[in-house]
Amino acid sequence: MSDAIVFDHVSFAYADGRVIVDDLDLAIPAGEPFALVGRSGAGKSTLLRLVNRLALPASGRVLVDGRDTREWEPIALRRRIGFVQQDVGLFPHMTVAENIGLLARIEHWPADRIRRRTDELLTLVGLSADLRDRWPDELSGGQQQRVGVARALMLDPPVLLMDEPFGALDPLTRLALRREFRHLQSTLRKTVIIVTHDMLEAFELGDRIGAIDEGRLVAVGGRRDFEASTHPFVRALMATLEPLRS
Amino acid sequence: MNVLLQLWRFWSTHQGELFAMLTRHVWLVLVATSLATAIGVPLGVLAAKRPRLGKSIVGLTNLVQTIPSLALFGFLLPLPFIGGVGARTALVALVLYGILPILQTTAAGIGSVDRSLVRAATAMGLTARQRLLLIEIPLALPSMLAGIRVSTVVSVGTATIAAAIGAGGLGEYIFRGLAMVDATVILAGAIPSAALALLADALLAWIGRRASDRHRRWFPSRRRAAVGAALVATLMLIVAAVVVYTQRGSSSTITIGSKNFTEQILLGELLAQTIERGTSLHVERKLNLGGTLICERALASGDIDAYVEYSGTALTAIFKEPVIRDRRAVLELIRQRYADSGRTLLEPLGFNNTFAILVRGDVARSLGLRTISDAVPHARGWRAGFGYEFLEREDGYKGLARAYGLTFREPPHVMDLSLSYRALAGQQVDLIAGDATAGAIAALDLHMLEDDKAFFPPYDAVPVIRSATLLAHPELRGALHGLAGRLDEATMRTLNEAVDIKRRDAAQVVREFLERR
Repeated sequence: MSDAIVFDHVSFAYADGRVIVDDLDLAIPAGEPFALVGRSGAGKSTLLRLVNRLALPASGRVLVDGRDTREWEPIALRRRIGFVQQDVGLFPHMTVAENIGLLARIEHWPADRIRRRTDELLTLVGLSADLRDRWPDELSGGQQQRVGVARALMLDPPVLLMDEPFGALDPLTRLALRREFRHLQSTLRKTVIIVTHDMLEAFELGDRIGAIDEGRLVAVGGRRDFEASTHPFVRALMATLEPLRS
Repeated sequence: MNVLLQLWRFWSTHQGELFAMLTRHVWLVLVATSLATAIGVPLGVLAAKRPRLGKSIVGLTNLVQTIPSLALFGFLLPLPFIGGVGARTALVALVLYGILPILQTTAAGIGSVDRSLVRAATAMGLTARQRLLLIEIPLALPSMLAGIRVSTVVSVGTATIAAAIGAGGLGEYIFRGLAMVDATVILAGAIPSAALALLADALLAWIGRRASDRHRRWFPSRRRAAVGAALVATLMLIVAAVVVYTQRGSSSTITIGSKNFTEQILLGELLAQTIERGTSLHVERKLNLGGTLICERALASGDIDAYVEYSGTALTAIFKEPVIRDRRAVLELIRQRYADSGRTLLEPLGFNNTFAILVRGDVARSLGLRTISDAVPHARGWRAGFGYEFLEREDGYKGLARAYGLTFREPPHVMDLSLSYRALAGQQVDLIAGDATAGAIAALDLHMLEDDKAFFPPYDAVPVIRSATLLAHPELRGALHGLAGRLDEATMRTLNEAVDIKRRDAAQVVREFLERR
């Protein structure tokens, strides 16, 4: 299988000179869920922004489906990439169905097709179709994030970027949503990059995990690779998984 | 209670006029607010998107807001295309005032849209235009509506002032009332305009509540957007048509102007009805314009074709010449000056609206007083009451006292000109200086002492007409010639009295006068 997303010697710095991503190489094959872990401010979110061209690399290139993001028309690129963010960002003046169907409407889908797809997605993310005419602020946090996932999937994009999608939820909801998403991914087989602080979440959702520290990718691999690693940052991350001792 | 009754009577006798003014007022506000919205919303969006540019836009509109409205109307009058007497200038001023609140609330509304929503929309692949139309503007709508509401209410108030430049509306009653010092007439305009402001405010508040109610659909579906765009386009078209229409002006229409007090409105009507009777021309009335200089500018620019001026006023206020006391000489000089600037002075109407030295009728009769000189020996035991202007002017009290050797028991009292008539009749004072044609002279049985030493400059009422108009419609000369010398002081006083004291309709009073002849 070809690589859906490739970071090729990518560096990115802010205008004030702060280096956020430093000479990073990474290839993610199509259909793979990949988890990015690291401290806040390590550059994880910036990597996502480089994929959907909300940012362009200072040097190196980012390839999506083999094409440099510089060559992609940004709107076309972003519509192929579903995006789920921690604060969800549901539009408060649109109902659940309008939020989910927004992109399809912009793409001039016929109304009945939008309706069918919306209902299908509501079921897929574990919500009742009765919720379609509700307003975002009438939903619980978990329901809102499910709607956010459904909205990202509307145009059936091959790539899904998730920036700490479950970070703002309570632990129980979070666990449930994680399980459901794992199940969803096993049927959808999207190329997914999911950013998280939580190692447990990373292992559960990612086939592989990338550990980012100060803009560098210090380790890439599966759970076994991480358990075997001697890299001090990876050891520190793994230490967060140790069970509580009384 | 009495006031309410008078007000009610005034409204019921002026129903048609009241309705026309109200309609005109609503039309002014509606068109002005629509245009202000059409300009303010895009500017507000621009200001929100380009903060640096936005600062200068807001600064500029703020500056406009600080110009007093009467001054703004004055600035606009002489400008080509947008200026001139009438609705066009008023609309420009109203729009200028209306833009700021809409612009500010639009910019604030767009600026306060949650950034994470904008980020989400961008990441989803919405174009900048889609973000604006589908996310930012709908979310800023309640705030934009608040601005439109403020703008509308301000507009209702400012539109009353627009009457000063002939735009019509409820302000006409307010100005007329001010000119007549008649609270009833002021209230006749002020109350409906206040009610209109409250009504507009309540209506827009209601719409605003609906808009911020998230359970209502304000999401612009494509069909609704199309309908909205069509409505806006239609409105703009109507406005454009009106502007073109007012600019073009029909060539067979004669526009008559007047200043903003009773006598002038009567004289305006007199010219208008005389032309209507004597020719087949269509007459448009722009009565109740602010004052001498506004009428003069309107006549110079062709916004009006004719009005009645007073010889002494034309001499000093318009042509800035020193005072001349000889009636013929004044008329000849201003006739020449008017001719030099493309206007023709017609024949005087017959009355001289000069200062009138007045005493009570019974006093005049018992002492046999006819002239000011007759009264000088008695004045030593009298009290006098003068308006502030008369006391200060060189051609007022000071000169008069010198010319006639006039002295009083005590220094003259300063009082409002309109109140001095009643003060004289009520024996609070014994001599006043009023207007020669005031309706109160007959109504209160006052006697005007003849200015036997010809101290006061003459203020002969004379129609002035644009020479070009006269050339294009030679029949006007014949029609208006019939007015020469037909109105003496007593007749003018009676007409003024009919409107000021008996509260009759000016147009009707003039109609009866013309029919009597």
